Amino acid sequence: MITRKVRKWEKLPGKNTFCCDGRVMMARQKGVFYLTLFLIIGTCSLFFAFECPYLAVHLSPAIPVFAILLFFFVMAMLLRTSFSDPGVLPRALPEEATFIEMEIEAANGNVPAGQRPPPRIRNVQINNQIVKLKYCYTCKIFRPPRASHCSICDNCVDRFDHHCPWVGNCVGKRNYRYFYLFTLSLSLLTIYIFTFNIVHVVMREFHCLTVLEVLVCFFTLWSVVGLTGFHTYLISLNQTTNEDIKGSWSGKNRVQNPYSHKNIIKNCCEVLCGPIYPSVLDRRGLMQEDSPVSATSAAPSSSSISNPVPQTMKTTAALIPNEHTPEDAKPSVAASAEKSPSPKDGDPPAPKVPPLASPETDVETSIVKDKTH
Amino acid sequence: PRSFHNLQELRHSASLANKVFIQRDYSEGTTCKFQTKFPSELESRIERTLFEDTVKTLNSYYAEAEKIGGQSYLEGCLACATAYLIFLCMETRYEKVLKKIAKYIQEQNEKIYAPRGLLITDPIERGMRVIEISIYEDRGSSGSSSGSSSVSGSTAR
Repeated sequence: MITRKVRKWEKLPGKNTFCCDGRVMMARQKGVFYLTLFLIIGTCSLFFAFECPYLAVHLSPAIPVFAILLFFFVMAMLLRTSFSDPGVLPRALPEEATFIEMEIEAANGNVPAGQRPPPRIRNVQINNQIVKLKYCYTCKIFRPPRASHCSICDNCVDRFDHHCPWVGNCVGKRNYRYFYLFTLSLSLLTIYIFTFNIVHVVMREFHCLTVLEVLVCFFTLWSVVGLTGFHTYLISLNQTTNEDIKGSWSGKNRVQNPYSHKNIIKNCCEVLCGPIYPSVLDRRGLMQEDSPVSATSAAPSSSSISNPVPQTMKTTAALIPNEHTPEDAKPSVAASAEKSPSPKDGDPPAPKVPPLASPETDVETSIVKDKTH
Repeated sequence: PRSFHNLQELRHSASLANKVFIQRDYSEGTTCKFQTKFPSELESRIERTLFEDTVKTLNSYYAEAEKIGGQSYLEGCLACATAYLIFLCMETRYEKVLKKIAKYIQEQNEKIYAPRGLLITDPIERGMRVIEISIYEDRGSSGSSSGSSSVSGSTAR
């Protein structure tokens, strides 16, 4: 057995890509994000190169200065949104998953053979409103209120808003304010460039590139300003895009948003000026990885992202001794792995039988069998 | 179970018997708060009041970190004005409180929980979802119901 130290991000399940040794976290598909970068940097470069010299001389030097500041702010917000952890909830370790299983089984009682077990839902009361917490079969947890599982990134995200391909990341609790400030500042920047291009056109013969900038700004304006308006509306009601789409608080069945302070100012303050939540992922922490030397082992040495077991079997939690964890986790993992294998998807509505229905079960079974040799 | 003198001894001479997970209390919303309900598995191991004190203190730390008021507005506006670059060199208020929490848990473990054969895991290591409390049994004790297959021939210290 070769034991080596790896950073925890290398063993994180889910479909994220990591850069700069775990400092940067994004979704897998980044094509549209590069397009966003290209459009913003490209248009602004044209503006600085062709419009600003004229405007600075004939109108005011403050114009390009303000444009530069605004441009840097837009880029900072974009990169913050794209590169940060949106609020991913780590998956349950085997002991926690088993504990939850036992609680579910105790709550359900004996299900007669042939009948579907009831759906895994936990009811909690929040501000005198009953909220249903759903069980996530991929992450093996009951999702906290407002959390949702992103199928593109394959993670549960806290206060999940939506997955935005333009920024190449999910938008959730930790990066929602950066996302909002990005759309807001981009709206301002687009309006700014659009306005001064028109001014330039009016003041003298226009460059053909000016026309290009005007076109880009025109089309961007409608989408980005609209999006900013939509999110301003959501923030004032303290709702997420996800809840809005699902109609969670649309008012039917007397259901109201329990998270809203019923006051626009308070809602805005909470979302935009609330505490800055830390990431619970610990991407850059170190952990031990044991890779078997033999070539017949299933998958561990390939360190693919969908291989969560080495991390779950060997955590370096400061207060729990490592040497005991595998021995005691093994009976529970092996017992759970022996139950019938899983349907594929992470979130089936009403599963037929298996309590542990997740794609990882088969991987875990093979790894556990390797370790017992 | 005999009493352990410190964390080191706990690690070397005890084996993990069970784990209890204290769940989140969502009755006041999504702010971080844990249930103070005393789990039955701990009944024979620790006094109810000590356990409740620990959880209540942790809850108050989290409430302090997540408080929305003058200080958080100031922090938010200042950070926004610097395009959040200020956090490259400064710690957020939440991170400062998390450090306090880590110290508190360490201290609680050393003074109260380890001598009773228990260990608390910092919730941040479990995604702030649960407080994991590990229950240890003395490795050499005959009445132990631990799931470990280790047969210990070690003599009592």
